Amino acid sequence: MNGHSPLHLWLIPVLPFVGFLLNGLLGRRLPNALVSAIALLFTAAPLALVLNIALHFSSLTLPHIEWFTTPWIATATFRADFDFLLDPLSLVMLLIVTGVGFLIHIYSVGYMAHEEGYWRYFAYLNLFMFFMLTLVLAENFLLMFVGWEGVGLASYLLIGFYFQRESAVEAGKKAFVLNRVGDFGFLLAMFLMIAHFGSVSYARVFGAIADHPQMQGGFLTAIALLLVLGATGKSAQIPLYVWLPDAMEGPTPVSALIHAATMVTAGVYMVVRSHVLFDRSPFALGVIAIIGAATALFAATVGMVQTDIKRVLAYSTISQLGYMFLACGAAAYSAAIFHLVTHAFFKALLFLAAGSVIHGLGGQQDMRAMGGLRKTIPITFWTMSAGVFAIAGLPPFSGFFSKDAILYQAFLSPTAGPILWFVGLVTVLLTAFYMFRLWYLTFFGEFRSHDVHPHESPWWMLAPLVILAILALSGGWIGIPQALGGADQFAKFLDPVVKDSALVNPEGSLNQERLFTVLSVVMALTGWFVADLLYRRKPGMADRLVARIGGLYALLVNKYWIDQVYNALIVAPLLFASRYLLWGAFDRGLVNGGGSMAAGSVRGLGALVQRVQSGNIRSYAGWLALGAAALLLITYFGFSMHL
Amino acid sequence: MYLVLFILFGGLCVAGALNLLLQRHPINSALSLIVVMSSLAVLYLLLGAEFLAAAQVIVYSGAIMVLFTFVIMLLNAGSEERTHGSRAAYIVGIPGVAILVSLLAFIFLSARTHLAQARLGDYVVSTSDLSKVLFRDLLLPFEVTSILILIAILGAVALASKEH
Amino acid sequence: MVVPIAYYLVLSAILFSIGVGAFLIKRNIITVFMSIELMLNGVNLSFVAFAYQWHRLQGQIFVFFVMVVAAAEAAVGLAIIIAIFRARSTLNVDQVNLMKL
Repeated sequence: MNGHSPLHLWLIPVLPFVGFLLNGLLGRRLPNALVSAIALLFTAAPLALVLNIALHFSSLTLPHIEWFTTPWIATATFRADFDFLLDPLSLVMLLIVTGVGFLIHIYSVGYMAHEEGYWRYFAYLNLFMFFMLTLVLAENFLLMFVGWEGVGLASYLLIGFYFQRESAVEAGKKAFVLNRVGDFGFLLAMFLMIAHFGSVSYARVFGAIADHPQMQGGFLTAIALLLVLGATGKSAQIPLYVWLPDAMEGPTPVSALIHAATMVTAGVYMVVRSHVLFDRSPFALGVIAIIGAATALFAATVGMVQTDIKRVLAYSTISQLGYMFLACGAAAYSAAIFHLVTHAFFKALLFLAAGSVIHGLGGQQDMRAMGGLRKTIPITFWTMSAGVFAIAGLPPFSGFFSKDAILYQAFLSPTAGPILWFVGLVTVLLTAFYMFRLWYLTFFGEFRSHDVHPHESPWWMLAPLVILAILALSGGWIGIPQALGGADQFAKFLDPVVKDSALVNPEGSLNQERLFTVLSVVMALTGWFVADLLYRRKPGMADRLVARIGGLYALLVNKYWIDQVYNALIVAPLLFASRYLLWGAFDRGLVNGGGSMAAGSVRGLGALVQRVQSGNIRSYAGWLALGAAALLLITYFGFSMHL
Repeated sequence: MYLVLFILFGGLCVAGALNLLLQRHPINSALSLIVVMSSLAVLYLLLGAEFLAAAQVIVYSGAIMVLFTFVIMLLNAGSEERTHGSRAAYIVGIPGVAILVSLLAFIFLSARTHLAQARLGDYVVSTSDLSKVLFRDLLLPFEVTSILILIAILGAVALASKEH
Repeated sequence: MVVPIAYYLVLSAILFSIGVGAFLIKRNIITVFMSIELMLNGVNLSFVAFAYQWHRLQGQIFVFFVMVVAAAEAAVGLAIIIAIFRARSTLNVDQVNLMKL
């Protein structure tokens, strides 16, 4: 293994893999305590390594690349190796993945304590960590793709964790298939890269693009759009988002880790990593921005009417990912990553707290059966509130700073613009509304179930909640913009990675930024106010409103019937084609038929030849005479040819 | 003169063969075959094979055909009935025969100039010449054939004897 | 005054073919056997003709041996026919078909 002053980066993904092997192969026979110990150990170790690297970060020469001497693919025309890259961007991602991942592992010890398949859960979770860390540390697109595919696999395994439930199995399949569609785009993009640049290594591809400033649009747009397709699949944007709400079938910590904090952000990470490419294609950036804004608004509208607590959070995730995409589309990459970080904190927190609520109610997930829980499960209440405030974007919580950075950059950017800023602003209102709706329905009012006695969760589950709440509150303070008196440290930290973007947004004025900040806070407060009105002060009003806008409400509750549309347009024809064309005609007809035809023809031929063995001397004589004549003919003609 | 003799006895051969084919009762076929063999003996004479002509009459017509006649008599073979045996024989065999005879005739006639012309008395093989070669150079095959005949006699006796 | 050897050969071919034809057509075992003898005779004629052609008497010696073998074969064959007749009481070739599949 080579590289300048090795940091042994390869250990970071490999350690969780070892944990996966141990728990996967031996876990069935081990007691739960040992399984947890293994899982936690092999997740804490990479965290320790990453923290160590972070502490010494300023002393490193960047970008720091390590590679193995064993080549991976080495042909005359193409090379790909197991290279690992460390730079500010990957450090941020590493901290998030290992940090939040570790906290969720601790939480899972408490949450899954009485579940069957405990060992399987932790094995899959460690497997996920391995793949995600590979994705983040990769120095070329191919190794990133290995991680990309792998997290999709881990997601499938974990969504379908309760495999005896039909809905869980279906959800797992749906997630995997939709991810696959996105992966198709990713693969095509890689092929185009190989065709044009001869390599998929970041250094070579981005270096080639940077060296040729005249390279614009054209095939770069094609590559960019294909990568976007991959990103919409992994990060649940329009049109490939439909798997994320169904993915709530998995255990709640899985939803927190994979479908909130880490896996779904892989698409955003990939776009930011490839920003050199995207900067050369304003068209692609525009597309990303539109997709992001549209998804944000769309998901927020659907989230407003959901009754399952996890579904609300799922749609909220889709919506927030839309914000990150909007930021990417506005070429505000550090803002996107900033929101990714804060989102990891508060979304993980929200999911884990929801899990705590569900756990405390013995499995109840419908908010209509909750209420008044702030007195019975206070720690969960306070931590979840931190999350709600953060996502609504109220100062001084983290979500406020990150969301504002995005909105302002979107306004300024030529590829995004004021319209998309406005869409984002409306979404702020809706976000605040549905989050506070969730807050009130769950924790305020009267408790609406009768047979359950809610209890607080064990400290395994509460400790991560507290830590995440603190982070949700303070996590944004590293990115306070200059407009509000801060030093914009986060953006400066990421500058080496995203700085030389060919696309530079016009500078806004600080006052304009402050104005916009005030606007978004006002929107958030409005949302809170409306939620307060409908769900605390006048509880019946919500139902009356629903009755009046019946059609619109039905549209929202049924998620715009998108699932049904996809089913009719894509799934049903595919099933029909496979069942009747591929299986019926091709497999049974051609393949089976071919086989039986071969057998039949042999049998027929045999029957024909059998007639020669008649036992009749005269027929034997006849055949003899014919054979002799034939021999004679052959000899004569053979002879005369040679002569 | 020579040609006339050839045509006469050659024609007799063919006529006898055809009669063998066309007669229904086996005894008629046997008698036709005797005619064929006798005519062949004359043809051998025309070709200068004295000993063979004699052997043909003595052995073939005189012994073998008599054997056939005895068996026909013994088994009281009657006229043939019409049974439907094998269609393959007709469908496959007759064309085969036709091909055979036409091909052979064609070959021989087209090679006519390469072959010699037979003149009466041009090459006569005397019995002493024949016996010299037979008992000197080919003594072993001669003895072997005698053993062969011995075995054949034993076999015939074994096969044809009545079971007790 | 001369007879080309080719004519002898053609005659031999005709005799042989008639022998084959009779073999295929006739239904009585004994007649079938006789047609075999006819075939052998046809071949004998061609041997003698070639013996004349090259003035070598080895052709005639071969005819001698053929005759011997034909005699032996006739004896054994007729014995077999007698045995068959005893077993099946028929001389019809089509009814001796115990080896049919």
